[in-house]
Amino acid sequence: MELRLTGLPASAGVAIGRMTHFSTDAGARRPVADRPLDLDALNDALAASLAELRALEQSLDGAAADIITFQIAVLEDPEFFKQAGSAIAAGATADSAWMGVLDKEIAAFAGSGDEHFRARAVDLVDIRDRMLRRLRGQPEPRRFPPGAVVVADDLPPSIFLRTDWSQGGGIALRAGSPSSHVATLARAQGIPMVVGLGAAAPRGSSLTIVDGTNGTVTVAPASETLARVRDWAAAEELGQQSARARRFDPAVTKDGQHVAFLINVSNLSDLTGVDAACCDGVGLVRTEFLIEQALSDEQRQYESYARLVQWAAGKPVTIRTIDGGGDKPMRGYTRDRETNPFMGLRGIRLSLLKPDVFRVQLRAIARAAALGPVRILLPMVTVADEIAQARGHLSAVMDELRRDGVDHGAPSLGMMVEVPAAAMAPDLYDVEFMSIGSNDLAQYAMAAARDNPEVVSSMGVPHPGLLAMIANVARYGRERGVDVSLCGDSGGDPAALAHLLKAGIRKVSVAPALLPVAKDAVRHLDLSGMARGGP
Amino acid sequence: MAEARACARLTNKVGLHARPSVKLTQTAKRFQARVEIAKSHDGPWTDAKSPVKIMRIKASKGDVLHVKAFGADAATAVAAVIELVQRNFDEE
Repeated sequence: MELRLTGLPASAGVAIGRMTHFSTDAGARRPVADRPLDLDALNDALAASLAELRALEQSLDGAAADIITFQIAVLEDPEFFKQAGSAIAAGATADSAWMGVLDKEIAAFAGSGDEHFRARAVDLVDIRDRMLRRLRGQPEPRRFPPGAVVVADDLPPSIFLRTDWSQGGGIALRAGSPSSHVATLARAQGIPMVVGLGAAAPRGSSLTIVDGTNGTVTVAPASETLARVRDWAAAEELGQQSARARRFDPAVTKDGQHVAFLINVSNLSDLTGVDAACCDGVGLVRTEFLIEQALSDEQRQYESYARLVQWAAGKPVTIRTIDGGGDKPMRGYTRDRETNPFMGLRGIRLSLLKPDVFRVQLRAIARAAALGPVRILLPMVTVADEIAQARGHLSAVMDELRRDGVDHGAPSLGMMVEVPAAAMAPDLYDVEFMSIGSNDLAQYAMAAARDNPEVVSSMGVPHPGLLAMIANVARYGRERGVDVSLCGDSGGDPAALAHLLKAGIRKVSVAPALLPVAKDAVRHLDLSGMARGGP
Repeated sequence: MAEARACARLTNKVGLHARPSVKLTQTAKRFQARVEIAKSHDGPWTDAKSPVKIMRIKASKGDVLHVKAFGADAATAVAAVIELVQRNFDEE
């Protein structure tokens, strides 16, 4: 009998395999090793566990190695050892002392209000159990059959790391977290994973489907379900491949609407392996990271911007002036201890208070504009006077450059629309272009912090109120001939794209990795039945 | 004995847990000074060379981390820890 369970997606993709089960056996008293369980035994178990982990660490790289490095650091820390030592001195056996100390710590993490801390509890389970196996002379946990769907309450990272995933397989957890280390590992290896299924996840060895994209698990699927999911998974894989193959083709909807795609760049390394021919330019250069170490170094900034302009080979490069503050504090630049930094001194507000820093950046950008089309994007614009002041600084530096005989171009000036008041009154601003920052606009419009997973997400179908703001800006741009684009995560989200196009957006800027699939999503849309200009 | 202190806001995505806590201890251990951290300027203070104790203070993104150190190289130790926080623990 087919049983469908719903959890949370933790690693995308579909896996079909037989269920196999894992549970930690720490609670079960087993025949212990043939030696007294004293402080010496604890010491030996620690040395042996550390040796195992160091060997494992050597065999890994990237995120997997980091996870094990963390476990080593915890075991090297004398803290747990000291606590267990006191319990042993008071008469406890080494294994129960160790378990008591770790269980208390695990419970404290499991009860944390912060998702990221809750997700660390299972790392401590991993550390606890490795030591207990040594102390009690227990065998290593058995290996799962290749290609299996592993069902457990939660899965310690070292169990994932000793599993052979070469034949595929999936993970279905009753508890667990998308923020856990196992979820990180699963995403890195493309192993579909669903968490938070609840106690209902069954026992047994039935054939099971893990749909890590939608967060569902189907136990003992009917043959029609199985056929449908196999087709879907094959189409999905094919879709990714064909999207990649067509990344150079323009994105045109079925009814002939052309959508321009630009890319977002935070670092020069983001351009590695990206061909400028697959996009219509750079829609957003976040300069906070790019020039953080060069706020007063015009030449270094110029060199960074020049490389972007050269890479774009004649396509426009949109450079956003420093958007410090909010969630991006910058040493010696942003204000400390603001009570509400997202609504405080950030973006253009701060730039206008630091004209020395601002003018260095404007000079460097104007010089890079000698090499190709460059647009200057001002973040967090709220009142019209901010544009007038910025324009004043820009014309002053252009005069300086002219006077000094330095090569430069004439960059156009535009603004981010990310403050709801600006989205509702775009005609206030004297700019050549507007770029809707949908991430910040969503968090301000919905009073929902971007960095808090517990409040409503801005991903997926955008809120109608947010779409109304976006439509208002798009309509203004169409009527007045002001170029309007949208940069933000929703531009790269196929589910959101249809709504954005319906709201009148025809130009989006997305992370380079999302470009092929987002362009392909546009090709499958037909806007002819949709009224334009409103959600 | 030299004492130094400073503070910085945690802006990395996940706060002070696994990887960041390891990086913090690795940085603190480079110095002879006793290095301590706290979520409030008046403590309670935690040994910055112990990943277990650092994890226990459960400092999340947005919290301000206060750092103080005692010892000959206290000032450089505090500067190094603050810089690590401001570099977002080299995450991204």
